[in-house]
Amino acid sequence: MNNSIAVVVLAQAVVYGTPLLYAALGELLAERSGVLNLGVEGMMLIGAVMGFWAVQRVGGPSGVGLAAGIGVAAVAGAVVATIHAVLVVTFRANQIVSGLAITIFAGAAGLSDYLGNDLNLADQPARHSFQPVLPDALQNLPIVGPILFGQTVLVYASWVLVVVVGLYLSRTRPGLNVRAVGEAPASADAMGLNVAAYRYWHTIIGGAFAGVAGACYTLSITPQWVGNGLVTEGAGFIAIALVIFAFWRADLCLAGAYLFGAFTALPFTLQARQVVNVAPELFQALPYVMTIVVLVLVASGWSRRRLGAPAALGLPYVREER
Amino acid sequence: MIRIERRLRQPRWLTVAVPVGSVVVALLISAVILAATGHDPVYTYHRLFTSAFVDSGALSNTLVSATPLLFTGLAAAAAFRMQLFNIGAEGQLYLGAAGAMGVALLIGPAPTPVHVIVMVAAGAAAGAAWAAIPGLLRAFLRTNEIITSLMLNYVAALVIDYLIFDSLSYWRDTSTPDARVFPQGKFLPDSANWPTTTIGPGAGLVIPLGFLLAVAAAVVLWFLYQRTRFGFEVAVTADSPRAARYSGMRTRRKIVAVMLISGALAGIGGASQDGDFRHQLDPKGLEQSYYGYTGIVVAALARYNPLAVVLVAFLLGGLQTAGYALQGVDFPSGLVGVMEGVILFCVLAGELLVRYRVRLRRRGAEPAPPARAEVAS
Repeated sequence: MNNSIAVVVLAQAVVYGTPLLYAALGELLAERSGVLNLGVEGMMLIGAVMGFWAVQRVGGPSGVGLAAGIGVAAVAGAVVATIHAVLVVTFRANQIVSGLAITIFAGAAGLSDYLGNDLNLADQPARHSFQPVLPDALQNLPIVGPILFGQTVLVYASWVLVVVVGLYLSRTRPGLNVRAVGEAPASADAMGLNVAAYRYWHTIIGGAFAGVAGACYTLSITPQWVGNGLVTEGAGFIAIALVIFAFWRADLCLAGAYLFGAFTALPFTLQARQVVNVAPELFQALPYVMTIVVLVLVASGWSRRRLGAPAALGLPYVREER
Repeated sequence: MIRIERRLRQPRWLTVAVPVGSVVVALLISAVILAATGHDPVYTYHRLFTSAFVDSGALSNTLVSATPLLFTGLAAAAAFRMQLFNIGAEGQLYLGAAGAMGVALLIGPAPTPVHVIVMVAAGAAAGAAWAAIPGLLRAFLRTNEIITSLMLNYVAALVIDYLIFDSLSYWRDTSTPDARVFPQGKFLPDSANWPTTTIGPGAGLVIPLGFLLAVAAAVVLWFLYQRTRFGFEVAVTADSPRAARYSGMRTRRKIVAVMLISGALAGIGGASQDGDFRHQLDPKGLEQSYYGYTGIVVAALARYNPLAVVLVAFLLGGLQTAGYALQGVDFPSGLVGVMEGVILFCVLAGELLVRYRVRLRRRGAEPAPPARAEVAS
């Protein structure tokens, strides 16, 4: 039963959805503060390459290496996000162009490739990678075993993060302040909130999440580094679409991430099982086409009017010009 | 204490001096990155410059690299000017290449001018059709064009992969046993290879036809945006969509039209890849070049001015040529993208100095009288 296609696809959907979830939660924090971050893809790639580097270079037991990998990936993502924050908050640059600049700078044929080459990371298997943690008895349970209990720490940590981010935005003082900053920065400023500081911190923490998302690939899903942006293949942009799909809510990010995880996992599984004999490209295009379809469905018409984006998303805040 | 105030007027010299200054700062930052990773910056820059513009044949190679960037740069500039963020030039270029190749193979041997015209038309049509998808979605359903145009890049890449690697399509060369094992595209008939112009002594400077077409396109685009009613309406729509709508401009049509223009330019870039350089549909070659994404850098550095795009594309083409020529231990791959990114960051940050004035003021001094623009807003 646990070998049936449905169960395998669902289990894989969780695996492939996890990096999307981390990246989407990071993007959610940034967007709630009013900063659109189109550099997620680049931050993920930097996180992926630096996390992999840390695992290869840090000695000691597996747990230490992996913890170092995740830590380094988060820091690397945060550092790249800092560039974006400086450009859009302090220098008031166009957020769309700045985000794309981040992705070009850090992404395929950019810094991630440069680091991968300079640190000699290509064509090596990872020294450690994340493995399922729960006891076999649980993992072998029918249906729920592989889907829920056969996962790595990264998956369980992401569930905790969904709850934390959700509660933070809806139940805590700083979280509510962030939403004020994203909806009406001038009012937030009048309340005595430091708009720039909130935007800086949430962009930077969002970047750290993106870095971890990248490390999910190189430390867990396919534990190796390959250049040319092939690690993420546009997942960062899917994560951005996911935030729109989730109406800027953490809990819906989880559902959306696994939905898109399934779109990614389905082709691999069907191909491996040789269920259908059609061109692989048709299936590989599925996540991208579905992103467009879902975006059209949820982000157009009535739903957009009712559940809109943070009002100040993408706009620089200049106190003198309000 | 530092005060940042909006400039009432933007002096002309600043709009030139600030980007140039930003590039200088970017080169300094890149030098630090180079030094930090154990490369000698002075030596690297010297070799970069000579292998892009000085060595024999370097300038001709730079034009080869600059041609696609010029097309995709114009494509991005045309759309970004209207605050329409078409980042799908990458996929539009792929499909332009596939479309142009398709018709060129279809008509077989024919006079070269016929081939050039037909390939340009087919490339433009294919690119425009691909760009129409995000354009129509944006115009009529208000779907975010950034995400849709980007997702379509991946789909376009899969389409051309399919044509060559996973099907016995019309585009694929199946004439020899070798070609059946190692998939590659059919070659164009000789008459469909675009001519080049050579000027200067010796090997001279070889100018591809595509480059000339792109420069002509830049002039046309400049004229369209600066001197016609259409361009004026685009500018108004960009600055204030509401004002445009209330004054009776058809903003939806404008969105679609601008996307079509943008896609067509990228598509002609794809046709030029076939006719000028590759002479076959080469999916991996196109996908590993990132012409579309680099075009965004080109357009942003040129501040979306089509004529400036020509200059920037030439300079970045030089950077890319040098990147290929020097690739190795001294010059790791990826460095070109890093330098492009750093330049773009600095130019974006520098924009602030064009729009605002930074004043240093001693604490406790009389506050400066508010500028008129601030009062007005």
